[in-house]
Amino acid sequence: MIEFFRELNQHRDLLYMITWRDIRIKYKQSVMGIMWAVLMPMLITSAGVLVKYGLSLFSHKPLDVSDIATVSVKAIPWAFFAASLRFSTYSLISNVSLVTKIYFPRAIFPIAAVLSQLFDFCIASVLLIIILGIARIGLSAYLLWVPILVGLLGLFTTGVSVLLSAANLFYRDVKYLVEVFLTFAIFVTPVFYDASLFGKWANLLLLNPVAPILEALNSCVVLHKAPDIEWISYAGGVSLFVFAFSFAIFRKVEPLFAERI
Amino acid sequence: MRKGFEDAMAQIVLEMDHVSKKFKKGEYHDSLRDLIPAFSRKALKGFSGDTLKRNEFWALRDVSFRVNKGEALGIIGSNGAGKSTILRVLSGIMKPTEGKLLVAGKLSALIEISAGFHPDLTGRENVFLYGTILGMRKEQIKERFDRIVEFSGLGDFIDTPVKRYSSGMYARLGFSVAAHVDPDILLVDEVLSVGDYVFQNKCAERMKSVLKEGVTIIFVSHNLRAVVEMCNRCILLDHGRILAHGTAAEVVQEHLNRGQTEAALRDQSGISIASAVFRARNGGAAQFESGEKAIFDIDITANKTYEQLSVAITMTDSSMYKVFETSTELLTSSSFSIKEGETKRITFELNLHLGQGTYHLNCYLGQHATEQLYDALSPAATIYVKSCRDILGVVNLYPAATVE
Repeated sequence: MIEFFRELNQHRDLLYMITWRDIRIKYKQSVMGIMWAVLMPMLITSAGVLVKYGLSLFSHKPLDVSDIATVSVKAIPWAFFAASLRFSTYSLISNVSLVTKIYFPRAIFPIAAVLSQLFDFCIASVLLIIILGIARIGLSAYLLWVPILVGLLGLFTTGVSVLLSAANLFYRDVKYLVEVFLTFAIFVTPVFYDASLFGKWANLLLLNPVAPILEALNSCVVLHKAPDIEWISYAGGVSLFVFAFSFAIFRKVEPLFAERI
Repeated sequence: MRKGFEDAMAQIVLEMDHVSKKFKKGEYHDSLRDLIPAFSRKALKGFSGDTLKRNEFWALRDVSFRVNKGEALGIIGSNGAGKSTILRVLSGIMKPTEGKLLVAGKLSALIEISAGFHPDLTGRENVFLYGTILGMRKEQIKERFDRIVEFSGLGDFIDTPVKRYSSGMYARLGFSVAAHVDPDILLVDEVLSVGDYVFQNKCAERMKSVLKEGVTIIFVSHNLRAVVEMCNRCILLDHGRILAHGTAAEVVQEHLNRGQTEAALRDQSGISIASAVFRARNGGAAQFESGEKAIFDIDITANKTYEQLSVAITMTDSSMYKVFETSTELLTSSSFSIKEGETKRITFELNLHLGQGTYHLNCYLGQHATEQLYDALSPAATIYVKSCRDILGVVNLYPAATVE
């Protein structure tokens, strides 16, 4: 395993170039240009705001600015997670000629896919900071949690992405399953609502490691509260496990790629 | 003493030890949906051992060879012989089913140049992308960038997206990048066939200079002439097995012979070349002076009547390049026939106005009109021509020079 990551490190220039290529191609010859990076998170945020608005009508509680901030803080990381999974699922099969012809660690493709989405995430985050400023959400020491939480989300996303890219190489219907899964996942992940809304069922929702991370981001950034350490430890543990497990599987099946693609 | 020293110096950088690779014909289960019934079938039957299952075949079978540092090994064979599979196994893209593999040093593959290019990126961007794919560091590419562009001859087009390039430009840029990687071992798969004549020569020169720098080259090609020129040793593959292994000229000859014998044997004819003797006027010889007259006697026997026959002879130089060809059909403007039990002698007279070197003579017996080949001897003879003048090349133009 250590050897595997050492090999990856030796190819870091290549990882950088493939990431750069993926970003460059997305923005080249497009009218929207860099706006693409904020479009998806903005759509998700707007949908979330609509849901919130509906809920506020129902509960006769006026829609607060902080509600919009909460939805944005959750929607942008979720957009990163969903886009990474979508994009990386295709990452190996859309590079057939490289996979079958030249040797280098193939994990570079799904990792680069996640990194290129991380680039979009960073741009969207700049926009988020502006929104938070307008909503007058102040600063607090809890913001120090944000890099750790984003790191955990990145770890989990990379793990799942690496596994999905290999799975889709062997079985081409995996990409459809990913689509279906992502369509439903947004309903069972507390993106548009808070997990606490579900009372005693909240714990069930939080079993999905993305959920506690989103909840924690909300409490650190918007609510200025410490995150739930227990759930964060749980999410961290699951993320680490998924990461290690995915890479172990990937490494095992990697020699078959050229034959089975 | 000297021999022992050389042996110690010869350092094995590549070794295949009884390598076999099994492939499956037909479709794999491409979707999870197909997998479920297949899996239950497998569970019911249980797994079988190492033997070939239905639909499987050996792409490589028991292949063993060694390559020393600085050597150039050619791999030839007809399509589907396993040439590309060898390269894929060597480069680590595929794992051998059986056998062991040793690769000592940094290996770079020059395989289908355009694989690493992205059409939407400019030439400049693609140089960096493809360079890193081939294993260069970013700084190395930066440092060699000007040389790469100069080698490609693309000039101002370097900032144009490569989708607007002609296929020749595409290939030239690709090879230019690949030519500036400095690996210990270079795998080359049929890439010298791109670009125009000038660029091909440039590539061949570059490969020769890379060889001089001590890089080991594995060269897969259908261009037999290039193989003979480039490589000191060669392997002939057929259906995944090594058929011949030796000096490039020998193995290429073997390959050509097999092609012809196979063609001839397809027709189980009762007609054959009984003997072919190449000689000087005064008797047998293997060495000739440039300009000397020579006689090529070819005897043909048949056990039934054949009509419209023709005998062709060709001469190839040491790198298997055809330098001369003629036939009875061309020389006499008519064909001949042979009766049952008859032996016919065809005599060619030749003036060997040749440059110094080794030449092979081949003869072919066939029906001119239908191009049906009955028999072939290749080479029927190998001769050495000595030239008294100081000339290079394959022909003797009897030059003279004056300086005023």
